[in-house]
Amino acid sequence: MDRVSLIDRVSQGMKNLLVLMLVLLTGCAQQQLRGTGDLGVVIERAAGRIVVVDSSAHATLGTVEGLGDLSHASVVFSRDGRYAYVFGRDGGITKVDLLTQNIARRVVQAGNSIGGAISQDGRLVVAQNYEPGGIKVFDAETLELLADIPSTFGNNGQRSKVVGLADLPGNRFAYALFEAGEIWVADLSDPKHPQLTKYCDIGRQPYDGLVTPDGRYYLAGLFGEDGIALVDLWKPEQGARKILAHYGRGEEKLPVFKMPHLRGWAVAGGRAYLPAVGRHEVLVVDTSTWQEVGRISVKGQPVFVMARPDARQVWVNFAFPDNGWVQVIDTLDNRLIDTLAPGKAVLHLEFTPKGEQVWISARDDNRVMIYDTLTRKPVGELPAQSPSGIFFTSRAGRIGF
Amino acid sequence: MKSLCLLMCFSLAMQASAQSTAEPTPARQHELIRLVRQDCGSCHGMTLKGGLGLPLLPDSLRDKPASSLAATVVHGRPGTAMPPWKTILAEGEAEWIVSRLLTGFPKE
Repeated sequence: MDRVSLIDRVSQGMKNLLVLMLVLLTGCAQQQLRGTGDLGVVIERAAGRIVVVDSSAHATLGTVEGLGDLSHASVVFSRDGRYAYVFGRDGGITKVDLLTQNIARRVVQAGNSIGGAISQDGRLVVAQNYEPGGIKVFDAETLELLADIPSTFGNNGQRSKVVGLADLPGNRFAYALFEAGEIWVADLSDPKHPQLTKYCDIGRQPYDGLVTPDGRYYLAGLFGEDGIALVDLWKPEQGARKILAHYGRGEEKLPVFKMPHLRGWAVAGGRAYLPAVGRHEVLVVDTSTWQEVGRISVKGQPVFVMARPDARQVWVNFAFPDNGWVQVIDTLDNRLIDTLAPGKAVLHLEFTPKGEQVWISARDDNRVMIYDTLTRKPVGELPAQSPSGIFFTSRAGRIGF
Repeated sequence: MKSLCLLMCFSLAMQASAQSTAEPTPARQHELIRLVRQDCGSCHGMTLKGGLGLPLLPDSLRDKPASSLAATVVHGRPGTAMPPWKTILAEGEAEWIVSRLLTGFPKE
């Protein structure tokens, strides 16, 4: 080997080393350590994209594309708060890594889907489907299908749309069947051999459901009649009963331009705050007796009625055409204390983990507004394209989220 | 000039309500497309392939007469979740929406 080629080889080696160091350095920069407790996602529904946000910094960390039809999207989080499972209208479940803003897994598991839930132990992800009607159970790690439970009812093999899926203690899930008027509880403690408990004739057209924060009561709101179906999951042998059956008796209902959502419950100070269907009212119910104890007149038909985590306030948004408003109820005396106009077409709101701020999506203004919940003044905003749902990782530790 | 314009707008509005088949203005068409995609989309899906409400794609509507579809939009369907839109939409606007649904609804 002559001297020149030796120098060449040495300098080539140096170059390789430099390149290697650069790669390592860049890699380190990308993998800076951080937690996920103040992260969340904002759905950009028309674009099929999510924005990963930092609720401490009021900043966008990145966007993730290719999530399909997100026109009715919902999100649950892995119990370590690192992964978001995004359920799309087109039956897609996308597992997104919030730290790298990459798609970790994605499956399309139905033709028309409405949302999902994650089990108490974090090992199972369950999708609720309209078409074909039923729920499907997946391994949260791999998104491998573990069980398929069709919502078949009656005698002719018809399948019902599934609404109101909620996770319960004991790796069980409760949900309601829209056409069938039934509530089913699936015990998935052995996911390949689900055990079903069915509550029939619970009322006409349940449209959504919620479980109380203690995991004890499952409530399904009824669209086809006044009232709410209730199951005491600690006393399942008592069956389902109807509460608030006469809240609208003798009154003409207003047209319902958007179904209320019950998930994201507002159970505060021994009372549940529930949207009245076809009325400009929030119903207040005592959770020990399940009797109505009050009604609060509001700007429009409530869509989301959500308690601040400390339960002192309840925030409400409204269906079209009153969807430019948000109102705030003080739960101490069930009085309206504020009316806000965060922007055009307010679709959703989400509190920071301890509730000092609330993020509100204004779809037609293409922005997310951030309010201080104490002063109820705006403290920030983020641009987003037609934003709908906002979901923070603090949901990971809560039953029913 | 301003009052003339107002007068014209007023008479246009009168025409719109009198002749229910009149085509909505381009600006109103834009609003109606957004309304259908976003607000009807709450139940029927933004792609109109259905959700809690039935699909509104041309194939799924083909065997239904346009007049009864327009009546459903205006008056709703009692016993279902379909509300009456008459406080939001004029009859001519409902007819325009139905005619567009039958031929493939425009994107926003």
